[in-house]
Amino acid sequence: MSELVLAQPGKLPVGPIGRRGLGYWGVATLVASEAALFAYLLFSYYYTGATAQPGWLLEPRPDMALALPNTILLVASSFVAWFGERGVHSQHRPQALMGFGGAFAMGSVFALVQWFEWKAKHFQIGTNSYASLYFVTTGFHMAHVLAGLIVLLALFTWTALDYFSPRRRLTVSAGVLYWHFVDIVWLFVFTTYYVTPYLGFAR
Amino acid sequence: MRVADFRTPAVGTDSVEHQARLTRLWETEPGIKGFFGTVDHKEIGLRYIVTAFILLVFGGIEALIMRVQLATPGATFLTPEQYNQLFSTHGMTMIFLYASPILSGFSNYLWPLLMGSRDMAFPRLNAFSYWVYLASAAFMYAGFLTGNGPNDGWFNYVPYALSEFNPGLNQDYYALGMVFLGISVTVGAANFIVTAARTRAPGMSVNRIPILVWGTLTANAANLVVVPSVSLAFFLLWLERQFGTHFFDPAGGGQPLLWQHLFWIFAHPWVYAIVLPAMGMVSDGLPVFCRRPLVGYSLVALSTVATMIFGFGVWVHHMFATGIPGLGLSFFSGASLVIVFPSAVAVFAWLATIWTGRPVITTAFLFFSATILLFVIGGVSGFMTASVPVDWQLTDTYFVVAHIHYVLIGINVFPVVGGVYFWFPKMTGKLLNERLGRWNFWTLFIGFNLGFLPMHLSGLWGMPRRVYTYADGMGWNTLNMITSIGSFVFAIGVALLIVNVLKSLKSGAPAGNNPWDAPTLEWATTSPPPPYNFPVIPTVASRHPLWEEQLGDAVRSSIDRGMLLDEGKETIGTTALDAVPNMILEMPEDSYAPFLLTVGLSVLFVGMLVKLFTIIWIGVALTAVALLFWMWPRRQLLEREWVHE
Repeated sequence: MSELVLAQPGKLPVGPIGRRGLGYWGVATLVASEAALFAYLLFSYYYTGATAQPGWLLEPRPDMALALPNTILLVASSFVAWFGERGVHSQHRPQALMGFGGAFAMGSVFALVQWFEWKAKHFQIGTNSYASLYFVTTGFHMAHVLAGLIVLLALFTWTALDYFSPRRRLTVSAGVLYWHFVDIVWLFVFTTYYVTPYLGFAR
Repeated sequence: MRVADFRTPAVGTDSVEHQARLTRLWETEPGIKGFFGTVDHKEIGLRYIVTAFILLVFGGIEALIMRVQLATPGATFLTPEQYNQLFSTHGMTMIFLYASPILSGFSNYLWPLLMGSRDMAFPRLNAFSYWVYLASAAFMYAGFLTGNGPNDGWFNYVPYALSEFNPGLNQDYYALGMVFLGISVTVGAANFIVTAARTRAPGMSVNRIPILVWGTLTANAANLVVVPSVSLAFFLLWLERQFGTHFFDPAGGGQPLLWQHLFWIFAHPWVYAIVLPAMGMVSDGLPVFCRRPLVGYSLVALSTVATMIFGFGVWVHHMFATGIPGLGLSFFSGASLVIVFPSAVAVFAWLATIWTGRPVITTAFLFFSATILLFVIGGVSGFMTASVPVDWQLTDTYFVVAHIHYVLIGINVFPVVGGVYFWFPKMTGKLLNERLGRWNFWTLFIGFNLGFLPMHLSGLWGMPRRVYTYADGMGWNTLNMITSIGSFVFAIGVALLIVNVLKSLKSGAPAGNNPWDAPTLEWATTSPPPPYNFPVIPTVASRHPLWEEQLGDAVRSSIDRGMLLDEGKETIGTTALDAVPNMILEMPEDSYAPFLLTVGLSVLFVGMLVKLFTIIWIGVALTAVALLFWMWPRRQLLEREWVHE
């Protein structure tokens, strides 16, 4: 005797509910790939630095005056974006708008300060391989910040248009996940370029 | 109308009205809209396969021209520069534009059918990955056809590739084209991963997934994290050439070996990425003709994954001759030797399947079983060069050329052609001609071995690779003549395949649903399958849903009765390990967004090539607009509230 198996599920969610949906997985895989990109950028730095001649490090004691507060600002913006996501979750639209708008403003200030930070450097992209790596790595990060700012602006607009509800909000969760990535990966870039010289790497 | 947040999916059997309803929901519109907008995985898969085969023919013609030049010593048929561009473009074409896309094509076509689903997880992303593949191939070939093809080999070492030694546009086309192609591979990888994890038929737990899915999944999990390495390498190369950076230039504190590391961190896993799915084809196809399930399913699945994990740690074996410290060499040599174990598992599983089965000799069987032999030859020559002293002797000789071709033709082209004979009936409803098939197989098999077996010897006798000619009296004349003859015999074999395909499309015997009496789900639906693949979602009880009766399984899969899912363009989402249904997926309609995004990116890359910032900014703006249009939350996909209370 043989027995037939048949899936007869009960009530199932139709389409994405909350962050449960394929789109969230999609953004997560994108983040994994982008994280790998930064791993290779940092690998390039450590590999080049470990085999470089003395004097390669053009800034043996990187100036923290702008970089440290800017880092704190960017990390804080992640919490503000999360606060906005909670606003959508609890159906509190002003909170959501404040969160996305606030994170957008903080991200924009970060980008602006980073621009001044670049201007203040006494070397250019072509000075040596350290300079090339510094500008290209922070430049790649800046490109991700700009993409993230567009995402936050879109979330702000869509929230203002009253698109989302606690159930239908996959786009919000996926967008905020991307912004968390942009902020977290900066900690790795910051540690590499601003902290490891103090620890003696390539000095 | 507001769609309910939750629903109990109706279960039932197929009917004419049900089919009509599904066809209305799933059919691609004919004409321009359908052509540029289709998101049907079967259409996209076929486009991938056809495009990749056309590029295979291009790469083959390049090889034939080179073999004319190399047939005799001191020939002047080609200039050195022409030869450089030909062998580099040949490598680029075969490795990047044929070997991987052909497997993506088969997997795109087959995955939802193998998994009892109605489409890939991200159908629009699927269309996008094809369009970008096409655009980047056109981009790189535009370079070649205007005399600006890559000319430093497919692995493109610096400093040759820097502007000081290579001032033309050749390297810019290649560098930007590869970054462009990387986008296609990456989004395709994301799509495969999520599709495998979340859209399998109910009951298809991880221990029941076809090996082809394991192979493609493993390959793409690797692609997701290694493609950024090569994209970065090529992007840095472009910056170095155009903006005076110093990543690779020792005079500016750079590291020439950084190129090789970034390139091979990608390119060695890539070698596995372009064979593991093809090995999966053999693992799924060969047992059908042995009339028994694959021997050692679990071991083969695990060794597929293990091969890739080891594959991440062997890239330096391409760099044994670069002066890396001995300890480093030992580690990578050891890892390269160890990788033999997981690779051998598949070989012994296939042999045992044939040994303990009742083989039915078809053309597909011949191609699949020939793969085993060629894999062993290519594997052993790889094992030899994993040893550092042997590698020092053989590196940059024709021995390595023989090795790479035994691997890439033996474990990619042979299984793929076998796959064509096996799945062509499913894709078209027509059988390929078996008689022509035998001619096809033996011409390819003899031509291939005639062409590439002697290369081992020319390499051992010291003939260097990548040299446009050689002197008389070195003892290489006969071997080269044999190789050239073999390459033309092989080309005749490829031509026979094309003839067979065209002939059978017109007048092939009708295939029926399951011409090979095969066990997996793709054979449960019609040939070719309807736009919605399956009228009802099957429930799977074993690895071989269509063989349960003859194998006397106590528990049977349900093929004819299942969830109807006809209230919208829907399929079922299941959990990653046990494949328990946990959501109803709303699938997107046809869309222009993927094509528009590709146009935006193409403008961007052309702008970067000619270094005109106006064009670059237009490209960026188009890309941003296309992305926003794509991502705009849709009611139909329930990405936003239907009506807000």
